[in-house]
Amino acid sequence: MSIEVRVPQLPESVADATLVSWHKKPGDAVARDENLVDLETDKVVLEVPAPTAGVLRELKVDNGATVTSGQVLAILEEGAAASAGAPASAAAAKPAAAAKPAAPAAAAAVSAAPAAAGAARRDDAAAQKLSPSVRRMVEENQLNPAQIAGSGKDGRITKTDVVTHLGQKPAPAPAAPGEARRPSPAPAARGERSEQRVPMTRLRARIAERMVQAQTTQALLTSFNEVDLKAVQDLRARYKEKFEKSHGSRLGFMSFFVKASIEALKKFPVVNASVEGNDIIYHEYYDVGVAVSTERGLIVPILRDADQMSFADIEKSVAAFAQRARDGAITLEELTGGTFTITNGGVFGSLMSTPIVNSPQSAILGMHKIQDRPMVVDGQVVVRPMMYIALTYDHRIIDGKEAVQFLVTVKEQLEDPSRLLLHI
Amino acid sequence: MSDSFDVVVIGAGPAGYPAAIRAAQNRLSVACVDEWQNRDGSYAFGGTCLNAGCIPSKALLESSELFHRVHGEFATHGIKVANVSLDLPAMQKRKAAIVKTSTSGIVALFKSAGVAPFQGHGRLLAGRKVEVTGADGTRRILQARHVVLASGSVPTELKSAPFDGANIVDSWGALEFSSVPRRLGVIGAGVIGLELGSVWRRLGSEVVVLEALPEFLAMADQQLAKEALKHFRKQGLDIRLGAKVTGATIANGAVAVRFTDARGDQSVEVDKLVVAIGRRPYTRDLLADGTGVALDERGFINVDHECRTAAEGVWAVGDAVRGPMLAHKGKEEGVMVADLIAGQFSEVNYRTVPSVIYTAPEIAWVGLTEEQVKQSGRAYKTGSFPFLASGRARAMEQTGGFAKVISAADTDEILGVHIIGPMAGELIAEAVLAMEYSASTEDIQRTIHAHPTLSEALHEAALAADKRAIDFPNR
Repeated sequence: MSIEVRVPQLPESVADATLVSWHKKPGDAVARDENLVDLETDKVVLEVPAPTAGVLRELKVDNGATVTSGQVLAILEEGAAASAGAPASAAAAKPAAAAKPAAPAAAAAVSAAPAAAGAARRDDAAAQKLSPSVRRMVEENQLNPAQIAGSGKDGRITKTDVVTHLGQKPAPAPAAPGEARRPSPAPAARGERSEQRVPMTRLRARIAERMVQAQTTQALLTSFNEVDLKAVQDLRARYKEKFEKSHGSRLGFMSFFVKASIEALKKFPVVNASVEGNDIIYHEYYDVGVAVSTERGLIVPILRDADQMSFADIEKSVAAFAQRARDGAITLEELTGGTFTITNGGVFGSLMSTPIVNSPQSAILGMHKIQDRPMVVDGQVVVRPMMYIALTYDHRIIDGKEAVQFLVTVKEQLEDPSRLLLHI
Repeated sequence: MSDSFDVVVIGAGPAGYPAAIRAAQNRLSVACVDEWQNRDGSYAFGGTCLNAGCIPSKALLESSELFHRVHGEFATHGIKVANVSLDLPAMQKRKAAIVKTSTSGIVALFKSAGVAPFQGHGRLLAGRKVEVTGADGTRRILQARHVVLASGSVPTELKSAPFDGANIVDSWGALEFSSVPRRLGVIGAGVIGLELGSVWRRLGSEVVVLEALPEFLAMADQQLAKEALKHFRKQGLDIRLGAKVTGATIANGAVAVRFTDARGDQSVEVDKLVVAIGRRPYTRDLLADGTGVALDERGFINVDHECRTAAEGVWAVGDAVRGPMLAHKGKEEGVMVADLIAGQFSEVNYRTVPSVIYTAPEIAWVGLTEEQVKQSGRAYKTGSFPFLASGRARAMEQTGGFAKVISAADTDEILGVHIIGPMAGELIAEAVLAMEYSASTEDIQRTIHAHPTLSEALHEAALAADKRAIDFPNR
C-alpha cells in the first residue's frame, strides 16, 4: 500500500516552509520514524519522519521548494522491499522477483513506467488545482505555484494572481547589516568594485517583515532609565555557588529582569496587553519572550506563565532555549504567543538602543551593557555598576506616564531585590 | 407536535423553503409557515415563484412559443401543418398541472426532510415567537431559537391605473386570462412585462408596451438591450419608451390608457391592461410591536450582508430584503442563513447573481455591463460572437443574438458576460461558474466546448476578446 508523506500542520502564524534537503532518494528503504527531509520555516527547522517502514517511491517536491501544510512531499510504499520502486533498480531486481508469483504484474509495471512518468507530471499540476490559464503561465514563466498567493475560491490561484505576482519583481534588497557578507579577502583589481547579491534567508525575511509591520502599525516610542545593579551583583556574588549547586544552573541577570518585569507588568497591565482592531486585549497571564541570538538570526522563545516560575526555572529554561535554538531544535510552539519581550543588547556591548516591539505585543524591555560609572549616592561620588534600560512601547494604548513608571518599577525592584520577595 | 423549534421560517417561497430544508439537513428542528392561498382558497407552498411567477409564466412562454413557431417556422423546416388552432383552456390546464406538481413537490420535500409545515399567516412576536393564524382564525404560537423572515414581495400598484382584477390586472392576473385579449396593454417593459407581453403577442394579441424610462432595459448591457429591442419590435411588440401613464378609464369592457411621451399627451385603447411596473416587499402584518426588526425607507427588511436583522436570532431573506428580486438570489440567501444558524461557513456572492429574461431570443447576463465597466474607469476588452455563425443555432433556426464577454485588459479577469440568443439562460451558467472561480478569459478559451453546441458561442466570444476567434472574422 502506498502512503502519502505530507508536510505536518504548520501553526497559523506560519504561512509556509522551505524544503531544505532530502535525506533519502527514491528507491531507498526507510525505517519507521527515520527522518526523510528537513523543512525550514521562518522560525525553526522541522523534520518529517517516515510514518511507517517501507520504500520511498517518489519525491514530489524538490530541494529548495516552498511547501505548505498538508502538501504531499513523497510517496512511500509501505513494507515494500528496498529498490522495488525505482525503475532502474527495479529492472535489476527482476530476476529475484521472477521467483515470486507477483512477477508478471511487476514486469508490467516496469514497462509502463516511461509513459507513467509523463502522466505523473500532469497529475501534479492537476493536483494543485490550477486553472488552464494559470497552468500555461506557470509553465511559460517557470513559476512555483506554491509561491503565488491565491485569491480565488478556497485559495485557488487565478490568472489575476499570476499577473500580479509577475508584476511584483522583488525590489533589490540590501543585505541586512547583521548578515552582510564579509568582503572577499583579496580585494578585486583596482578600479573594479564588485557587489554581491544574497537572498535573505527565510528567517531574515520574516524578521524584516515583522519589524516593518510593527513600525507601520504601532506608534512606537522609547523611554530610558538607568539601574544600579550593585545589589543584584552582590546577591549573585554571595549565592552564585550555592545556587549552582542546588539548582544546577548559573544565577544570571536574566532571571532578575524577568522577575522585575513581571512585578511591573502586574502594576501596569496595559504594558502586557495587545491591540486587536479597536479593542485592547488584557492578558491575564505573563508569557515573557526572551530574545536569543542564533547563527540564523534572532529568535524569541517564550517563558510561559513566567510569573509562576522560580529564579532557577527561568535560568534553566533560558539556558535550554539558547542551546536548542543554536541546534535548530526549538519547536514552533515555543516561539509563538508571548505577551511581553525582554531583549539583551548588552551581550554585544550596546550601551543604549531602542528595540522594536514584537508585534502584536505592546512593549519590549531592552537590557544593555553593565558599565562602572561614577554615581552620586548620599552626596558622595561612588563607582557603581550601571545599566541603561529602555522600554519601547505602543503609544496607542500605553501613555508616557505608565511607560516611565513601568521603568521606574523595574529599576526599584532591581536596585533592591528584596522587593521581589515581598511583591512591593 | 411540539410548538418549540430551532428554526421557524415564515414563507415557503423560493427563499423560505430552501432555508427550511437546509436547516433540517443541518439537524435542526424546523417549522415553515406559509399563507399563500390560491383563488379557490386552497393553501399552496412555493410562493409567487411557483404559483404565480416563474413557473406558470415559463409554462405559458413555452406553449406560446411553440404555437408561434408552428405558424412562422415549421414551413421552413419542411413541415406542413394545416388547421392549427389554439386551445387556450388546455394550455392553461397544462400550466396549472405543472404548478400543482411543483407545489405538491415542496410538501413532499418538507416531509422527507422533516420540516413541519404550517398553513396560515405567520407573524413575528417579540422574543422570537411566531404566531400562526389559520384560515379559520385559530391561533397557535411557535417558539423559535431562530426566525427566518421570507415573506416575499407583491406587485406594485400604479395609482393612475389601479388593479380591478378584471380589466386592469397584475402579473398573476395576466397568466390567468381565459381568452386571448384582442388588444393588450402592458405598463412596464421590465422582465415581467416583456415576458407577459411576449406570451400574448405570440397567441395573437396586439400588444403595446408603455415604458416610463427613455432607455430600454436600462439595467442591462446596452448592446444587448438594442439587439433585444430590434427583435421584439420585429415580433410586433409595440414598445413605447419614455411613456408615462397618467390615467386609465374603463368603459364598455375596454381600458383607455392615457400617457405622455415625447410627442405629448396620448391615449391608447386596450381590452386588458397589465401593470408590471415592479414589485415591493411584502411585510403586511408580519411584525408585531417590539420585535426589534427594522424596515428601511422603501419597506425592505433591514439586514446586513449575512441577512441578519437588527433583532438577535431573526434573519430575513429573499424579495423582502435588499438586492435583486430573483428566486435564485433568495434561495442562496435562505441556504446561507440555514448554514450560518448551524454554525457553518456560508456566504452569498452578490457579484455573480445571474439575470435572465425568458423572451425569444432569451436574454441573460452576469457581472458588470460594459457601461458599468466603462464608468469604473478600468481598462477593458470585449469579445462577442453572433449566433448567426453557430452551426447549432442555424440548425435550430434561432440565429438571432450574440454572446459577449467583457474582461479586464490588464489581468484578463472576466468582468461580465452577456448573452442574447437561444437558451441564453442555460448558457449563462458556465459564465457564472467561471466568475465564481475568478476565471480569466483565457480559462474559457482553454476549456473544451462540445461541437456543435450553443455553448461554443461563449467559447468563441472569449477567444474574440483576444482576436483569436476561429469561427468568425476578428475585428
